[in-house]
Amino acid sequence: MIIVQQKPLNEIFEMTKNLKSLLIVGCDGCASIIQVGGERQAQVLKTLLEMEKKVKGEETPVIKAISILRQCDRQVAATALNPLREDYEAILSLGCGVGVQTISEVCKPTLIIPANDTKFLGMHDTRKGKFQELCSACGECILFETGGICPITRCAKSLLNGPCGGQSKGKCEVGGGKNDCAWILIFNSLKDRNRLDLFTKFRPPKDYRLSGHPREIGGEDEDQEVSS
Amino acid sequence: MKQINAGKFVFTGELEPVKTMNLEEVIEGAKILKDHVVAINITDNPTAFGYMNALVPSYMIQKEVGVEAVYQVTTRDRNRLALLSDLLAAGALGIKNVLALTGDHTTVGDTPQAKPVFDLDSATLVYMLRKMIDEGLDLNNNEIKNPPKFNIGIAAAPNADPLEAEILKIERKVKLGVDFIQTQCVYSVEQVKNFLEATSYLKTPILIGIAPFKSISMMKWMVQYVPGIKVPSEIQETLFKAKKKGGKEAVYEANIEIFSELLRGIRKTTNATGIHMMAIGFEWIVPKIIERAGII
Ligand code: SF4
Ligand code: SF4
Repeated sequence: MIIVQQKPLNEIFEMTKNLKSLLIVGCDGCASIIQVGGERQAQVLKTLLEMEKKVKGEETPVIKAISILRQCDRQVAATALNPLREDYEAILSLGCGVGVQTISEVCKPTLIIPANDTKFLGMHDTRKGKFQELCSACGECILFETGGICPITRCAKSLLNGPCGGQSKGKCEVGGGKNDCAWILIFNSLKDRNRLDLFTKFRPPKDYRLSGHPREIGGEDEDQEVSS
Repeated sequence: MKQINAGKFVFTGELEPVKTMNLEEVIEGAKILKDHVVAINITDNPTAFGYMNALVPSYMIQKEVGVEAVYQVTTRDRNRLALLSDLLAAGALGIKNVLALTGDHTTVGDTPQAKPVFDLDSATLVYMLRKMIDEGLDLNNNEIKNPPKFNIGIAAAPNADPLEAEILKIERKVKLGVDFIQTQCVYSVEQVKNFLEATSYLKTPILIGIAPFKSISMMKWMVQYVPGIKVPSEIQETLFKAKKKGGKEAVYEANIEIFSELLRGIRKTTNATGIHMMAIGFEWIVPKIIERAGII
């Protein structure tokens, strides 16, 4: 999942000040599942923004809160938002950075405002009540060789041939010894699976072109024009 | 390397250029060590503190003092392009030995906001070095005119836990081709024996790291913060007692006694290739420990 976190309210207030009308758009995808940017959060944000104006004695803007299936799908976003966008001065998106950019693209020239900071690709560990980054979309997955644990993301140095000398009893030197050393996790995982040969294998230098920005896949065909 | 290959028991030393453009201390340190070691490591921004680069002092101790340098190279601060450049420069300056290291993370150093590089790691650096040395090629198989010849060293952590992961990691690098291994500091013959036994199948010369304690506070710091350091309680107690009894001087004396004893033990009961002595800032103690051990 893409893990997002709501920005501090003051920041959102600042970006939305002086607006006469605002469309708040939640996303039913990742942001909703982790309860940061779904329909409910959109409604809550609407209430907060209205209260803020009231407290300040300012004119309350017209605010509508909705949520759409997926902000990161151009077609879905366009179909859901095009009938509405002309009625509003700005759109406040509760999606991830991809959702915000997709909406910005299909809802031109309406002003777009992100409500969230996009943090990482990760897992929601409900037992521990935390989110953990697991993949950096490096473009060349080596999880087969590393026992299903990503060193690019979970090793503080993104080492291909760890562990480094900084591990102590399975903990990483970075973060004061609190975090697991990814390479010891990898070692244990491969040992449990009887594949220590994969651990000992040498991995040559990574081709960083594969993770260099910007990246695209496909696109031979002309983009399907979405009617606006 | 010649002496190692000839089967001699050897010592190496270590010097740390610090945050200064002054080379005097390094030169002085090299002079003290010169007659007792076959080479001296020059550290590369150790524990991610921003210091003078290691190449210039490596060159200077060779030129001014006449002692071979082990040029330490970490992958923390330079990408593969910058590493190649520096290694070519090192070759041009007559550097013979390179210790390939990953390097401590930027966040543990004195400039924690810095962007860590780690384009390569210690293993891929060894790989790059081998290509340079053996094939005269860079990582992309471009020809290097007049490629350098280095002896390649790597580091190892005898006290690593789990040790098996450490041994396999060393194996991974040894298979690429390394000439020598220098270890982190150990404090008992037992630790040395375990490690040498576990690595004997790798058939690579191993210099055991020994680091006397400059002060009680340094010992406390190392025990607390340096990963994988195991200082037996007897050593700690002896030093504490010495400090109480006779202050700084007594601590030095206790150090000489403890570490010469350890040296003798390693020399007599193990087949270690030699000893890597790390006494940053009090290099004078190295000759004293070696002399007292009486094993040369
Ligand atoms: S190796 Fe790359 S693609 Fe695979 S999990 Fe790690 S970052 Fe993601
Ligand atoms: S201790 Fe482990 S996780 Fe941390 S940087 Fe070293 S190899 Fe990576």
